[in-house]
Amino acid sequence: MSDNDILVEVRDLKVHFPIKRGVLFDRVVGHVKAVDGVDLSIPRGKTYGLVGESGCGKSTLGRALLQLNPPTSGEVSFDGVELTTLPPGKLRTMRRRMQMIFQDPMSSLDPRQNVESILTEGLQTHGIGTDRTDRRRIIGETLDAVGLPRWALSRYPHEFSGGQRQRIGIARALVLGPELIVADEPVSALDVSIQAQVVNLLDELQDSLGLTYLVIAHDLAVVRHISDTVGVMYLGALVEEAPSDRLYTEPLHPYTRALMSAVPVPDPDVEDRRERILLAGDLPSPANPPSGCRFHTRCPWAQPTRCADERPALREIGASRVACHFAERIASGELRPHQVSVQIVRPEGEGESPGVVSAPSEPGSYV
Amino acid sequence: MSLLEVDDLSVTFARRGQRPVHAVDGVSFSVDAGEVVGLVGESGCGKSVTSLAIMGLLPKQPGLRVGGKAVFDGTDLLQLDDRSRRDIRGRDIAMIFQDPLSSLNPVIPIGLQVTEVLTRHRGMKGDAAAKEAAALLDRVGIPDPKRRLKEYPHQLSGGMRQRALIAMAVACQPRLLIADEPTTALDVTIQAQILELLKELVRDSGTALLMITHDLGVVAGMVDTVNVLYGGRVVETARRRPLFREPRHPYTVGLLGSVPRLDAGRGEKLNPIPGSVRDLLPWPDGCAFAPRCARRIDDCVGQPPELVHTYDGRSYRCVNPEPVPGTVPAPREEEPA
Repeated sequence: MSDNDILVEVRDLKVHFPIKRGVLFDRVVGHVKAVDGVDLSIPRGKTYGLVGESGCGKSTLGRALLQLNPPTSGEVSFDGVELTTLPPGKLRTMRRRMQMIFQDPMSSLDPRQNVESILTEGLQTHGIGTDRTDRRRIIGETLDAVGLPRWALSRYPHEFSGGQRQRIGIARALVLGPELIVADEPVSALDVSIQAQVVNLLDELQDSLGLTYLVIAHDLAVVRHISDTVGVMYLGALVEEAPSDRLYTEPLHPYTRALMSAVPVPDPDVEDRRERILLAGDLPSPANPPSGCRFHTRCPWAQPTRCADERPALREIGASRVACHFAERIASGELRPHQVSVQIVRPEGEGESPGVVSAPSEPGSYV
Repeated sequence: MSLLEVDDLSVTFARRGQRPVHAVDGVSFSVDAGEVVGLVGESGCGKSVTSLAIMGLLPKQPGLRVGGKAVFDGTDLLQLDDRSRRDIRGRDIAMIFQDPLSSLNPVIPIGLQVTEVLTRHRGMKGDAAAKEAAALLDRVGIPDPKRRLKEYPHQLSGGMRQRALIAMAVACQPRLLIADEPTTALDVTIQAQILELLKELVRDSGTALLMITHDLGVVAGMVDTVNVLYGGRVVETARRRPLFREPRHPYTVGLLGSVPRLDAGRGEKLNPIPGSVRDLLPWPDGCAFAPRCARRIDDCVGQPPELVHTYDGRSYRCVNPEPVPGTVPAPREEEPA
């Protein structure tokens, strides 16, 4: 793949939020490492899906990519332009080319603005369209594209159903003619039958307009359905990145395996046959992530060597990139999973060092 | 006789100057001991209102009318006075809600909330109650239960809160457990843990489970008998496997076609149901699903479709159901010449 095919490139992106304490004077007592060193690239016209559980940093990554949250360090280049060092004015003009769709259409649309005003605002800001009739024409075309009737223009968000509201949100992003759309949980607030409509709409728009998507969602089935490449995040870092077909058939990282096996499939025959890998406990706090491989405290394949003290980097294995020291040996079946005892996850501020949590409970239980 | 027999349950909310809303409209189903029964549907189909009506938890307001019967072990729950209903609630029937944070009292420690059930229904006090509460938390997989008892809901993670709620629900070994979207607010890996826990409870204690969910994947994994609801009525009832193998009601077919599957090949288009729940027809005028239905015929409008019963406890409410795949309507036998 040649370099100019890549629309977005993220290198070693970090977003840390300070934790502040104190009555009179705030002092920083630590950092929540929401995103901690992510590399990824999205080819033009493709869809990159980002999955992970709540708190893994996927939304923060999406927002940092658009510079909505200033990154702590790292680089984000969009079509060859480095965004992190761009002055605010230039960044604003770049924003026309990268838009966002939010999860909850009701809270991301202004209830006091009618649809026409919602859609015109962006056009005016960016000086698109010569006059009102020209803007109306652009808006009309956008409405057609997202499947909303023209009479919607004079209506307010509360007059629409959930699915239609999400279409308004999509229209607002589309009206500027962007190249990249970051969709943060675009369908998770919708009912299944409506969800499918919106998923198909996003698919069709990509085909007709050549859009590039970054889709962020917790629903693996949805993400896998619309993405070309899927990245799995755990505690602020990518643990696996694979073509979406391979992710289900050959998950390489233990976390991906557990995630895949946990997603319910609407088919009783599959459900009865499949083996679930149940993870013990909850996600550790991103303010105080475990040492070494972040997943080692819950990993059924964790080994006494390397896992607890050496942070694995993403390595290429076949068409995938995996951050696991033992991915090959797990895939070949050489390493067997073992029981992991539940580790106590303390909420923030209770001062239990994650150092006590650790590798397997019974040292003899793994091969 | 089933453990719970819901017969022609209807719930109507009326407000002055507005048309009454029939949230639940003639819903009938039954739950046997040790069985997992599902109520499945999208938002607004009446699945939660059904469960609240059974538990007598609907807010008492002037316009509320609840009709029909919900017979639990010989007593009609809808006819009970508040006092005897409180005796049954928590002891014989318990409920788990969707959002554990808003169903726990934020200013009372977990331990007190669990022992409250034990004190009220099992007459336990002091140390005995605390010990039992710790044992319950331990049973639902909460590590370090003694310490957890002193903690407040906000100190627990989402999965732990849901476990605490389940511990309270199973404290008196209820004969029926109603779970209203128990895993919707949780992450998938935590969801898998909770579903596994619920399955275990049903298997080990013979508790019947009424599972209310919108997630067909969850249904496929654990429900024995499925009731699909649309617009306040049951549109299809079937055992788990037949329902997924050969759905008969077009709405069920549509739901199954809308869900992206993890194990499906890529590039397969989803087949969404057109329109939204809003454009439904009131049932007395015809099938509420007709405006969105691909198999709509003239007979759909005019009068509500009757429930059609077929073999093996299956039934559906449709005049033009999906044909059973793989079978052609039997050719009429020719008279031998």
